[in-house]
Amino acid sequence: MRFAVSSSSKACSGNGRARAGVLYPGSGGASASIETPSLLISTRKGLPTFMSRDLMASLPLPHSRLLHVSPLNFVECPSMKTISSIGGLHQMLGLQDFFFVASARDSVQSLPESGATNKLGASFETPSGRRLVKPSDYMEMICSLKPNLWASLADEVPAWVSEKRNKASVDRTIRWLDDCLSLDEAGGTSILGSIVGGSNIEERKRCAIEAAMRNVSGFWIGGFGQGESMEERPALLNIVTDSLPKEKLRYVSGLALPEEVLQGVAAGIDLFDSTYIYHLTLGGFALIFPLDILENNSANQQHSDIGSDCTKINLRATIYRKDTSPIVDNCTCFTCKNHTRAYINHLLNVHEMLAQILLEIHNTRHYMGFFQSIREAIKCGKFDTFRQNFIDGRRAHITSAAVCL
Amino acid sequence: MMALRFEVLGRFNRARAARLTLPHFVCQTPLFMPVGTQGTIKGLTNDQLEDIGCQIILGNTYHLALRPGAELIDDMGGLHKFMNWKRALLTDSGGFQMVSLLHLADITENGVTFQSPVDGKPMLLTPEESIQIQNKIGADIIMALDDVVKTTITGPRIEEAMYRTLRWIDRCIAAHQKPGTQNLFGIVQGGLDPTLRDICVRGLVDRNLPGYAIGGLAGGEDKDSFWRVVAQCTAALPEDKPRYVMGVGYPLDIVVCSALGADMYDCVYPTRTARFGSALVPEGVLKLTHQVMSSDERPIDPTCTCMVCKNYTRAYIHCLVTKDAMGSQLLSYHNLSYMMRLSKDLHMSIVEGRFPEFVQEFLRVQFPKGNVPEWVCNAMEVAGIDISSCCAPFSTSSEGQFCKST
Ligand SMILES: [Zn+2]
Ligand SMILES: [Zn+2]
Repeated sequence: MRFAVSSSSKACSGNGRARAGVLYPGSGGASASIETPSLLISTRKGLPTFMSRDLMASLPLPHSRLLHVSPLNFVECPSMKTISSIGGLHQMLGLQDFFFVASARDSVQSLPESGATNKLGASFETPSGRRLVKPSDYMEMICSLKPNLWASLADEVPAWVSEKRNKASVDRTIRWLDDCLSLDEAGGTSILGSIVGGSNIEERKRCAIEAAMRNVSGFWIGGFGQGESMEERPALLNIVTDSLPKEKLRYVSGLALPEEVLQGVAAGIDLFDSTYIYHLTLGGFALIFPLDILENNSANQQHSDIGSDCTKINLRATIYRKDTSPIVDNCTCFTCKNHTRAYINHLLNVHEMLAQILLEIHNTRHYMGFFQSIREAIKCGKFDTFRQNFIDGRRAHITSAAVCL
Repeated sequence: MMALRFEVLGRFNRARAARLTLPHFVCQTPLFMPVGTQGTIKGLTNDQLEDIGCQIILGNTYHLALRPGAELIDDMGGLHKFMNWKRALLTDSGGFQMVSLLHLADITENGVTFQSPVDGKPMLLTPEESIQIQNKIGADIIMALDDVVKTTITGPRIEEAMYRTLRWIDRCIAAHQKPGTQNLFGIVQGGLDPTLRDICVRGLVDRNLPGYAIGGLAGGEDKDSFWRVVAQCTAALPEDKPRYVMGVGYPLDIVVCSALGADMYDCVYPTRTARFGSALVPEGVLKLTHQVMSSDERPIDPTCTCMVCKNYTRAYIHCLVTKDAMGSQLLSYHNLSYMMRLSKDLHMSIVEGRFPEFVQEFLRVQFPKGNVPEWVCNAMEVAGIDISSCCAPFSTSSEGQFCKST
């Protein structure tokens, strides 16, 4: 794997800290270069929740080849020995040409349980109960799964823990990074140094500087989406990215919503994982917000979709019962090319699994389109305008909520 | 009038392979129809169904009439358009679902009365109404409303149901508004009584319908009675019309019925068993839930070329089944692929004149110890297929009835 920043704040004053980059996956896994900022598609046991490989075919390449995986999804089975013998993740999932990025938490099924974490290892809540994962356990998983990139084991804590506990989490995360590095047979070529520090600026900075001193390929920034406020987040993200070498990859977990992703991009983050699509899909929601955000004067946006907040619609609503239009006109996904809102409304009403399959396909496609728009905005030096337009669009909606509810 | 063409392309004794041209698709028989109760096959997209070679799917009128409703489907341009399924569709009459799902269903001369599951009010499904709803749904094949009784019931009720089914077929024919685009199939009833079955077949054949179904089976009757009814009906039904055995879906049953001259089958079994973690394989059933699967690096079926078998190991599927949606998605995909492959193999082996060899090989793999059930042997004798090479020289009476090789 190789990474290069292609445009940054120096070149384009309209981008702030936001930057565009290129990920060269290199041999093994996906071969085409992938532009950043980009979304890592969330998976459960390595596959998107409702999409087998054939169903991913209508998603745009090469970005649909970027997947997030949580090694903890495999604590129960298959055994690491079996996964190793099959040949690792790519082989086991039939996704030989995909690029897997691993981090311990997946925000749905594997959640950090900081109360039970101790100096020996990090604790997680999983469907098979609470698990304490030591750096050696974690490295055994990484060794068997062989993801293309992976974050070192971290002690993630929520925003409300004490100063003392937060400090301990930074100490442990750095120590575990050293443990992972010393146990890594690949010598650090695919490791992302984990950075935590909660809501404390000084601790975030200390952790970032310590991680940056190690021989790592990039950085994973954790501890977000854990109870901190939207307002305090930019300062926390900025102190981290300002402390990191410019040329290395930055991946953040826990920033899921479009507004949160924009916060991350604004701070100079390159990769995101997001449970947003998963939660939308389970709730019967479909993303519909316009993707030509730069051209769009938000004030003039047509709020024609009743039953929506103007970024998404709930297809369970009875107004879609006879709606023969696709979720989004001109969307190139399998769902929009083949099915109507009325049909998905019916599938949701009768609790048929195809509803989730179709929604996950569309929502993934749409969110990938959002990242594509972000990249285009950065390329032409207009990320700040882009972000402002998006936020204004949301605000315009909120003020006209009477129409849009 | 009929909206289908049925051309027999090959035969072996009673078995036949045909081209069934329906308004939306040209099918090859024998064929299996997956059950898409509510306008979708659980866990598969239309593209996936086409990929595995699915030709026709079944929709349940009772469920579709409840949700989204026949009016809505009609407004949307019919079920084909509503679910964007480009190939053939068949709908049942709705009667069977009511009798089997609703405890309070009661059959009178007028129709099936039942308590609405929506508001509890008494409702009535008449033959006219069933056809009217099916006309709105718009499937290539629609089924007559019949008086369904359990095959395990005996006595005058069977006779009453058979005669009522005959009286109702005339009401169905009279109510059918779209004979030019939808084919109305009549259903042979009569329980396990050969005399009643005979009267029913002759009565239906007199009506010159586009196709015929053999109903009232696969309801817990013993296997010997089952195949004998199928054999009797297929022998009496016209050569140039499709024959559909309703509710049959075990691979062995399909092979036997095809040997006896049946053409079409439907069953929820392949997708239902998938949701419980079982895979259909040439040897029978593979339980992916079993602990030994957790380290098995083989595909579900090494002889299967489906997307699932090409990409996933038993070990991986083991860790998905009964826990993740993906487990039933992948297993349903494989199981339906298996059924489609079985249909195709039946068709091709008949066309290519090697049907007996196909049946023998099928039985050899399913019963490697030669313990082919006796009812299969009896049926094959009537079908004129020598399976003595598949049967063990000595029958072991302790494990049930098997055939003896001669
Ligand atoms: Zn779409
Ligand atoms: Zn298969």
